[in-house]
Amino acid sequence: MTTEHLPEHPDFLWRNPDPKSSYDAVIVGGGGHGLATAYYLAKNHGMTNIAILEKGWLAGGNMARNTTIIRSNYLWDESAAIYETALKLWEILPEELDYDFLFSQRGVMNLAHTLGDVRESIRRVGANKLNGVDAEWLDPQQVKELCPILNINDNIRYPVMGATYQPRAGIAKHDHVAWAFARKCDELGVDIIQNCEVTGFLKEGNRVVGVKTTRGTIHTEKVGLCAAGHSSVLAEMAGFRLPIQSHPLQALVSELHEPVHPTVVMSNHVHVYVSQAHKGELVMGAGVDSYNGYGQRGSFHVIEHQMAAAVELFPIFARAHVLRTWGGIVDTTLDASPIVGTTPVENMFVNCGWGTGGFKGTPAAGLTFAHTIATGEPHTLNKPFSLERFETGALIDEHGAAAVAH
Amino acid sequence: MLLISCPNCGPRDETEFHYGGQAHVAYPENPAELTDREWAEYLFYRDNTKGAFAERWLHSTGCRQWFNMLRDTVTYDIQAIYPMGQLRPATAPTAPSVTSPVSPEGAVK
Repeated sequence: MTTEHLPEHPDFLWRNPDPKSSYDAVIVGGGGHGLATAYYLAKNHGMTNIAILEKGWLAGGNMARNTTIIRSNYLWDESAAIYETALKLWEILPEELDYDFLFSQRGVMNLAHTLGDVRESIRRVGANKLNGVDAEWLDPQQVKELCPILNINDNIRYPVMGATYQPRAGIAKHDHVAWAFARKCDELGVDIIQNCEVTGFLKEGNRVVGVKTTRGTIHTEKVGLCAAGHSSVLAEMAGFRLPIQSHPLQALVSELHEPVHPTVVMSNHVHVYVSQAHKGELVMGAGVDSYNGYGQRGSFHVIEHQMAAAVELFPIFARAHVLRTWGGIVDTTLDASPIVGTTPVENMFVNCGWGTGGFKGTPAAGLTFAHTIATGEPHTLNKPFSLERFETGALIDEHGAAAVAH
Repeated sequence: MLLISCPNCGPRDETEFHYGGQAHVAYPENPAELTDREWAEYLFYRDNTKGAFAERWLHSTGCRQWFNMLRDTVTYDIQAIYPMGQLRPATAPTAPSVTSPVSPEGAVK
């Protein structure tokens, strides 16, 4: 961990063009998913006359606010398939994008604190192995060997009764990931347009033909929505509904420390997940606020609860200082799985509902959503994540593996 | 943390309450006649308003009574608190509000 250094910034990352009057496709949302979608549209489908519209600055929303954890140890076949595809892409992307975004496969442990957790965790290890996802069950002693600062005493409120472990999981430097995609998109001819908020859509009958923005009207054949917490706001502008509820999810970092935390530790039960950033900050995530919210901040009692658990599990954290806290707006669904695919509006496609797990899915979301936009058809991997599943009842209930209850 | 004025107990910290989602979503009058689409609307589709939003709260560690609240989802200002069964009060939204094409009473009429 200490031998890695932040990569130098290239001199040139992307142009800042004015929007043209028309594009073959417009991606709404300049975060990780929007950038990855545009990248694969250009690379795999030869669509280069496309624009990414971002209401603020590039990757300044959830892409700048997540806790950078990447893993694929989900329970259900559909989720394991899409997240494992993402993980395999993460493994090759630094070379492909020619940008070292410090993908560090330091492993992820998901702790079990109750007998129920233990049974569920062992079941998930089995499910992962059947799906070709690397997974192991660790007893408390093995947990201690991997992360010596963890308190594995059995007389604490949340005793560590074991953990699932995915060795290939890890973290990546999220802002560098965004810049890596943005630079390649730009090289391929994609216009990245910042400070450009979508205010409405132009439709002919039920077909979208353009986008109204604060920087003028843009005509386009196809629209892909990648707006995370604001997806339902855009959908309402376009005249359809999404089964999405937006909640604030918060995280925090400590001041810089010597390397103490060699892996990633998550606890679904007590809602804390911790890794140590390359520079040395302890990065911690908390739960979501229970109520709907669009203010990018979280409630104090949520981090208070998380910190109490963190200090019990990692006693040495009691002397660490919090440097800053922040919140992002996560788009949650009732089955804790994303919605990717076609919409009731012709030529309009949606990629949303990733809830608290969007960052790790970035490359696979982009790859499969690009396929859907280019061909008008679902990709094999995103087909189960259609909007129709809420009518057919073919839900993908990932509450157990989504890490944050929502 | 929100400071919520329970109609029965007075102002208490948010941690005493449970959030119950969108208010005024009526159970279907004729459930047997609903299509799959209408069931999906009733079960899974809720407004996700950016602005003034009517929602249900339960004072779970106090009087254990449900009530409705009108709250701005951007500023988190609590604009009104009113009993279950009462119509939503007319309060101007303080943030840009996106109105649903579907009735605020829910999709099923």
